[in-house]
Amino acid sequence: MAKVLVVTSGKGGVGKTTTTAALGAALAQGGQSVCVVDFDVGLRNLDLVMGAERRVVYDLINVVNGDAKLPQALIKDKRLEGLHLLPASQTRDKDALTDEGVARVMDELRAKFDWVVCDSPAGIERGAQLAMHHADVAIVVTNPEVSSVRDSDRIIGLLDSKTAKAERGEEMEKHLILTRYDPTRADRGDMLKTEDVLEILSIPLLAIIPESQEVLRASNVGCPVTLNNPLCAPARAYADAAKRLRGEDVPMVLPTERKSFLDKLFMRRAA
Amino acid sequence: MSILGIFQKRTSSAVARDRLQLILAHERAESGRPDLVIQLREEILAVIANHVAVEPDKVKVTLERGAGVSTLGLDIELPLGASAKLDAKLANKLAEVAKQSTKKAA
Repeated sequence: MAKVLVVTSGKGGVGKTTTTAALGAALAQGGQSVCVVDFDVGLRNLDLVMGAERRVVYDLINVVNGDAKLPQALIKDKRLEGLHLLPASQTRDKDALTDEGVARVMDELRAKFDWVVCDSPAGIERGAQLAMHHADVAIVVTNPEVSSVRDSDRIIGLLDSKTAKAERGEEMEKHLILTRYDPTRADRGDMLKTEDVLEILSIPLLAIIPESQEVLRASNVGCPVTLNNPLCAPARAYADAAKRLRGEDVPMVLPTERKSFLDKLFMRRAA
Repeated sequence: MSILGIFQKRTSSAVARDRLQLILAHERAESGRPDLVIQLREEILAVIANHVAVEPDKVKVTLERGAGVSTLGLDIELPLGASAKLDAKLANKLAEVAKQSTKKAA
């Protein structure tokens, strides 16, 4: 029986899709069976970030409507055993998703995998609410920027009121992933500090993902960052997050890029 | 590209540009008929179902969008009995033909 995660944020462009791909891959790298699900109907992108865009035949709406069976729509990752993708539709809109249809598909996914990671669309409307509705655990992705923190606060409110768990009177488990963090700028006072964000949102911290060029590099080539370069700083931060989700006690450190002797010698090449 | 470029790995941005160009070309071309694959599957299956009992769940559809062409793959599991049924049909037909020819001879 799977644990269902929703990766959500309110604001767009903060790293939901990157986080979904990276966490999904990191869990699969730990030997778990994982399905990442794109709920961004009409603007799908998880397929691109996962490098599966050329192989999409069926999507979430086809499965919800019964045009295809779930196993036919799942795309198996070619690099990593146990990792699967259920893409969103690119042509329809979110109104084609019925509540009952989504519930049925989520039940089927739950029975099939250890982890189901749902990539939420930006915003707070129906698409985002459908993505979070069946979650057991919510991952709130936030940048250290005022607009992102405020939107995350809205999303936390929805998680506590509009989800199936909330409707049953249970507490939704929530975790924060702080992305694009730059400790130098935070120390200089030019960027919100981790403690500031945690104090405002008051949900537990799952990981701090340092600002890194490796994230763009990975999405350029269509590979989750934890798979594309497992030793880089953001990949190690996501790998630790995956371990924490599995209940391991991993001390929270901000991973930094490991510079080799040659890199240090030729500092100019580093940028 | 410099001489050094030959020995260097292709940059990730070059990979990104190629991937985007390819997928956008396909999406623009498909925009008129988003359900083409579903329709093709249904029609091809209907033709096959005229001859063999096919379980819809045992059909795997794959698609690979390449530069210039796409490849649609249909992997259909034929039940063990299916070919036997066909053979039986064929045998019946042969027997009929044989009977008719013997009748004629008589």
